Amino acid sequence: MLKPKHFFLLPALLTLAAIILFPLVFTVRVSFSSWDVYQAGLDFIGGRNYARLFEDTRFWESLLRLSGMSLITVTLQYVLGFALALAVWKKMRGGRIFRVLFLVPMMTTPVVMSVIWRTVFHESLGPANDLLSMVGIGPVPWLSSAAGAFISVVIVEVWQWTPFMFLLLLAGLVSLPREPYLAAAIDGASPARTFWQVTFPLMAPISIGAIIIRLIEASKIMDTVYVMTSGGPGTATETPSYYIYIRGLRDFQVGYSAALSLAYLVLMIITLTIIAKVLMRFLVGKET
Amino acid sequence: MGRTYHIIKYLCLLVWTAFVVFPFLWALSTSFKDANAVTSGARYLPWVEFEPSVQGWTSLFASGSQGINIVTPFLNSASVTLLASIVSLGLGTLAAYGLSRYSYKVGFVKNSDITFFFISQRIMPPIVLAIPFFLMLKEIQALDTIFGLVIVYVALLLPIAVWVMTDFFASIPKELDEMAMIDGCTPIGAFFRVVLPNSTAGLVVAGMFCLIFGWNDFFFAFILTFTETQLLPVAIVSLNSSVTPWWSLSAFALISVTPLALIAIVVERFMSRGSLAGAFR
Repeated sequence: MLKPKHFFLLPALLTLAAIILFPLVFTVRVSFSSWDVYQAGLDFIGGRNYARLFEDTRFWESLLRLSGMSLITVTLQYVLGFALALAVWKKMRGGRIFRVLFLVPMMTTPVVMSVIWRTVFHESLGPANDLLSMVGIGPVPWLSSAAGAFISVVIVEVWQWTPFMFLLLLAGLVSLPREPYLAAAIDGASPARTFWQVTFPLMAPISIGAIIIRLIEASKIMDTVYVMTSGGPGTATETPSYYIYIRGLRDFQVGYSAALSLAYLVLMIITLTIIAKVLMRFLVGKET
Repeated sequence: MGRTYHIIKYLCLLVWTAFVVFPFLWALSTSFKDANAVTSGARYLPWVEFEPSVQGWTSLFASGSQGINIVTPFLNSASVTLLASIVSLGLGTLAAYGLSRYSYKVGFVKNSDITFFFISQRIMPPIVLAIPFFLMLKEIQALDTIFGLVIVYVALLLPIAVWVMTDFFASIPKELDEMAMIDGCTPIGAFFRVVLPNSTAGLVVAGMFCLIFGWNDFFFAFILTFTETQLLPVAIVSLNSSVTPWWSLSAFALISVTPLALIAIVVERFMSRGSLAGAFR
């Protein structure tokens, strides 16, 4: 008879292991093979795929682009999400409606909304340029220029995921203790001072959590790029996920794309760990 | 200062609200346009700026060659998301309860490592697993089936369920289960009769997150299905790349995002009550 402690844990653990382990081990094995569109098979070519990867500037450029994109979008999401959460934190007229509306974008399917955003950014028929022309700007080549396409993707990402920051940060604000605020009020601290001395430090742990979660999700970005720009124009918005997709599932260089995806995974884990450590020291002021 | 501050605050909130609702309103307006209204530049208000037409909406349910079938992808999406969410929530809740009440030790692997194993799956970029998943499902002949997608989605959603529920159970006092066991319940009985009925808040939050991430996934559905089992996001992307007119596309998009957008009302209620805080600490 199964012991209770195993009854609880094992079903989930075995299910996940069964689904995940084979693909992971398989990817490692394939990354040492020359599997491509001409010859499918698990031969062994040593580290040749990995050697090739170091020379592949398109891959490294996509990583650099992803770093810039994630940094910009997550910073914007955090600042905007925090500001919005602070604005609707206290009881106010219409607060509930604002809160519900601010959450809606994160519930919507990224690719479906990207289809809509594409029409919004359409250069001659879309409303983005139409509205800008009313204030005398434009026409902006949204999706056909490198900078325009990059900015479009950033706008859509900020639209889609600021609500997630808002959700976590507001949930954190709601559960803050009251005593520090009473103390600050007795001291006659200004609202700005109360924020920097009380709210911000108390929110540091949840801020770090929210930023890390968003960075993880942002580093996988692919759906939005696929629909909005297909990585273009040229490779102006190509992210690693999308580049690996092209190599693996368009060109069928299965072996090489496996090496790329493992390199990408390892780099991501290292970078995110470093960022988490730095944030901890910076915001909480102590080692963990 | 109070008055000006309030006016500025409301203005900022209104600007953000306009940004949030804009794509929805634009899609709603576009869904009632015809070819004329779309190709003559951006038009916003029906009746004022263009004559509304319902062909965008009727084409989604029309049969025959010019009809776009939205019903089948909708039902597919609903079945895959619901099945995967139920399985993940069930398995995840059990595992989270185990991890919060017992200590496991296999070699140097302890509870925190097991929890990390579950949650770390969220870090995995979908692209890393795409090709092996494809070959794996091909091997068991589950490509392009609901069953195959459910398997993959469970791997996607189980970490979320474990993550939310582990934090939730940490906030439920152990005395609750101990009382039940003193009253003669077995550990498993205590869980089902006493702990579970008191976990509605956690289950709702975890369930909502499973639904959101399941319903909104595109990549795996895109790689692992072809024509038999099309999900909504895949269906709309394939429409987008063909010559489908904007009005049908907009109507289709609105139908596929509305069910989940309504969940925002439930999420807001939990967030404001403070029931989410435990889940994200």
